[in-house]
Amino acid sequence: MTYLAEIDIMPQKEILDPQGKAVKLGLHNLNMDSIDNVRIGKHIRLEVDAASEDEARATVDAACRQLLANLIMEEYSITMKTA
Amino acid sequence: MTLYTYDFSTYDYYLCPMKVGVVVFPGSNCDQDAVDAFESFDLSVVKLWHKDHDLQGCDLVVLPGGFSYGDYLRTGAVARFSPIMTEVIAHANRGGYLMGICNGFQILAEAQLVPGVLLRNTSQQYVCKNIYLKPQSTSALLTAGLDHDRAYKIPIAHGDGCYFANNEALARLNDNDQVLFRYCDEAGNSTDAANPNGSLDNIAGVCNDRRNVFGMMPHPERAADAALGNTDGRYILEQLLTAVLA
Repeated sequence: MTYLAEIDIMPQKEILDPQGKAVKLGLHNLNMDSIDNVRIGKHIRLEVDAASEDEARATVDAACRQLLANLIMEEYSITMKTA
Repeated sequence: MTLYTYDFSTYDYYLCPMKVGVVVFPGSNCDQDAVDAFESFDLSVVKLWHKDHDLQGCDLVVLPGGFSYGDYLRTGAVARFSPIMTEVIAHANRGGYLMGICNGFQILAEAQLVPGVLLRNTSQQYVCKNIYLKPQSTSALLTAGLDHDRAYKIPIAHGDGCYFANNEALARLNDNDQVLFRYCDEAGNSTDAANPNGSLDNIAGVCNDRRNVFGMMPHPERAADAALGNTDGRYILEQLLTAVLA
């Protein structure tokens, strides 16, 4: 079975996100002053072949921990569905 | 007789044979600068292709600057899994000397061979200019022999050089004397104004707790030739040679 993983990778809360800060300034220049706390991360979509959703999730989790995210500065979340 | 003074005309290669390997990743662009700098000390230098598995008996392995794998995902993240890194990591774990400069430092951090990580510069800008460094660690061979009252002028060129480590890791770095360099002004004061990228506590370079793996963002190899108008980098590279030969 092929599973589709949607992965969100975000900078950890205590890490300064200068990109988010710069984009917030841009939004405020558009007079959207009600917007605050802009944080910018990555979204990764990938397919994985596995016998079960648990197995697929375990593979994706290992991919996140070993390469896709750096846990010193980032955190990740995974959503799985069948492709 | 002092063999390893700044004047390397006294250096006897046959007494102290040492081989330097500079790893070339796709996207490395300071590999030849590193080769030239180490060759100027009359050392045997080879380039090591990232797909190989052979360090060719090198005593010192250098991960050079550049944009390995296009800096995709995170700087150094993909290069860290290049085939040769298996041998490079084994070399470091055996106690072999390993140095990462700029992108090489980012690769070392991704491989967790040194603590911490390099984030995007807080200015969001790529910064290319001369900065000043003050040596810190008195126990790491790379900096122990440098003049700790002096500011060394060395160029930087990076977009992701903001050093970060969590409080616990930072405390360990300081307690274990693992901070190699801090950014400072010309007079040697580590101020916020002298911090070019937002690095935590002005940290420009660190080593591992075993003190055989050195990572730094500034480029000593770009300041190692009188023809380029700055030779401060030679003092730093020279320490590395004494480290390997010690």
